[in-house]
Amino acid sequence: MSEHLEILKTYKMYIGGAFPRTESGRFYKVFNNEDELIANACLASRKDFRNAVESARSAFSGWNGRNAYNRGQILYRIAEMMESRRNEFEKELTAIGFTTNEARADVNASIDRLIYYAGWTDKYQQVFGSVNPVASSHFNFSLMDATGVVAAFAPDASPLLGLVSVVAPIIAGGNTCVVLASEPYPLVSITFAEVLNSSDVPGGVVNILTGKKEELAEHFAGHMDVNALMITDKPSSELHKKLDELASENVKRMVKKFITDWYAKDAQDPYFITDFQETKTTWHPVGF
Amino acid sequence: MIDIPTIPIDQVAVEERVKRLNSRSIKKGSKVQALKMALSMMDLTTLEGKDSKGKVIQLCNKAKQPHAQIPDLPKVAAVCVYPTMVGIAKKELQGSGIHVASVATAFPSGMAPLSVRIADTKFAVEEGADEVDMVISRGAFLSGEYQQVFDEIAAIKEACGEAHLKVILETGELHTYENVRKASDLAMDAGADFIKTSTGKISPAATQPVTLVMLEAIRDYFYKTGKMIGMKPAGGIRTAKQAIQYLILVKETLGADWLNNQYFRFGASSLANDVLRQIVKQETGLYQSGDYFSLD
Repeated sequence: MSEHLEILKTYKMYIGGAFPRTESGRFYKVFNNEDELIANACLASRKDFRNAVESARSAFSGWNGRNAYNRGQILYRIAEMMESRRNEFEKELTAIGFTTNEARADVNASIDRLIYYAGWTDKYQQVFGSVNPVASSHFNFSLMDATGVVAAFAPDASPLLGLVSVVAPIIAGGNTCVVLASEPYPLVSITFAEVLNSSDVPGGVVNILTGKKEELAEHFAGHMDVNALMITDKPSSELHKKLDELASENVKRMVKKFITDWYAKDAQDPYFITDFQETKTTWHPVGF
Repeated sequence: MIDIPTIPIDQVAVEERVKRLNSRSIKKGSKVQALKMALSMMDLTTLEGKDSKGKVIQLCNKAKQPHAQIPDLPKVAAVCVYPTMVGIAKKELQGSGIHVASVATAFPSGMAPLSVRIADTKFAVEEGADEVDMVISRGAFLSGEYQQVFDEIAAIKEACGEAHLKVILETGELHTYENVRKASDLAMDAGADFIKTSTGKISPAATQPVTLVMLEAIRDYFYKTGKMIGMKPAGGIRTAKQAIQYLILVKETLGADWLNNQYFRFGASSLANDVLRQIVKQETGLYQSGDYFSLD
């Protein structure tokens, strides 16, 4: 027997339930905290983004059509899968400068966050839906429904917990999404994609791209088939204005969460779900 | 007995040629030109059991004005409906220059007596159809009854009178490229003005290799007789990108003389919207959403 040769993982992107390379053939270098090259990551192009939006769009009605309880089960399943692969996550986090304890805490918090939103899937409707008093003989009630396809920028500084905190509430509410992973630390997002892929999450519900925000930001904001845009790192005021303007083309919901500490109390609440919900009010005639 | 020679087709070569032509990159100005050309070659089609007067009127409006936000777009070539809807379409499209095409001859199976199929054709033409899309008897063709198939096409051609005849080979049921080629040759000999791949009711519908085989048959027929026959791939063409690939096949096989709606058509229902989305994308720079384009 020859000596075992370590096989390194090729980090690709996650689009439509598959792991394609970028159509552009481009890549960028990813370094560890000691400035050593640890991998090449795909440098997503606008066409990759377009393909991802198409996948998210076609996955939307199926995912939004699942009952809330089932979506909760699937979010819980993501947490289970993450638990079973925690060593890999911790290894990737320590490579980029987390201490062993910090890495463990980050994985723990990520799993907890998934469980938190898994629990909310069949409850936010009850809490935020309402029966409204009206003066006529109507039964008037308001229900939440998913906004649609959400494009999001995961925070650069919190590659795992930040990503999970962005994705979980979006999909808990029945939306599908395209997320650009942390630009300097993209590797852990692809491992998270592998977890999603083995967690009964239908292909296309979550799509993860790796690449440069400055190249993709305007396409994220301008795409007419994207219904909401979430940004988590404060852009330059020039870009910020540009994003707002482009998003207005199809009246996208702009959700801005400039959170620096994803462990903080305000980084987790059910309003992250309702940020990506539309309210439908029904007037139902009732008898005398 | 008619004698239609079997022309051997090199399957690998056909598929490789299609693959190579598909790798062409058509961008910017030429893309917009190709998209507009594709739109002008479209037979906007509705062939469902649930078709209603309202649906056909909607479709005719779409044919006249594909997208209200861009008023100077080309009109589509024709609206393709069942014979009972021809009268409605004809009235709606009056004066627009858009043709009414009707499927006939017991579409999509063709499984009816010839007299019924002729009556079906005559009805469509009397209602005002400018073009008739007939289906061949695939069962007879596959059993080697070429004379019967030939005679049927000739009889339908006669029933068409002034109307143009498109002959649907339903290539998804013909199994081999040799059969596709043979059916193409037979249909052209029998008087087809167009040959068309599919009904859209059988999978696979139009494919690019099958289209290439048919285009080559048209080319050889032109060399032999000097007569230009039209081509219509139908069914399964959903994206603008595919449409452009088809245009390249036509250009490379038959030349620019065929690149107009007198000699080339797309039979499609959802293709129009994708082409429109791409045109708007080219104009605005923003990727488009189906939400902003009419369904019919």
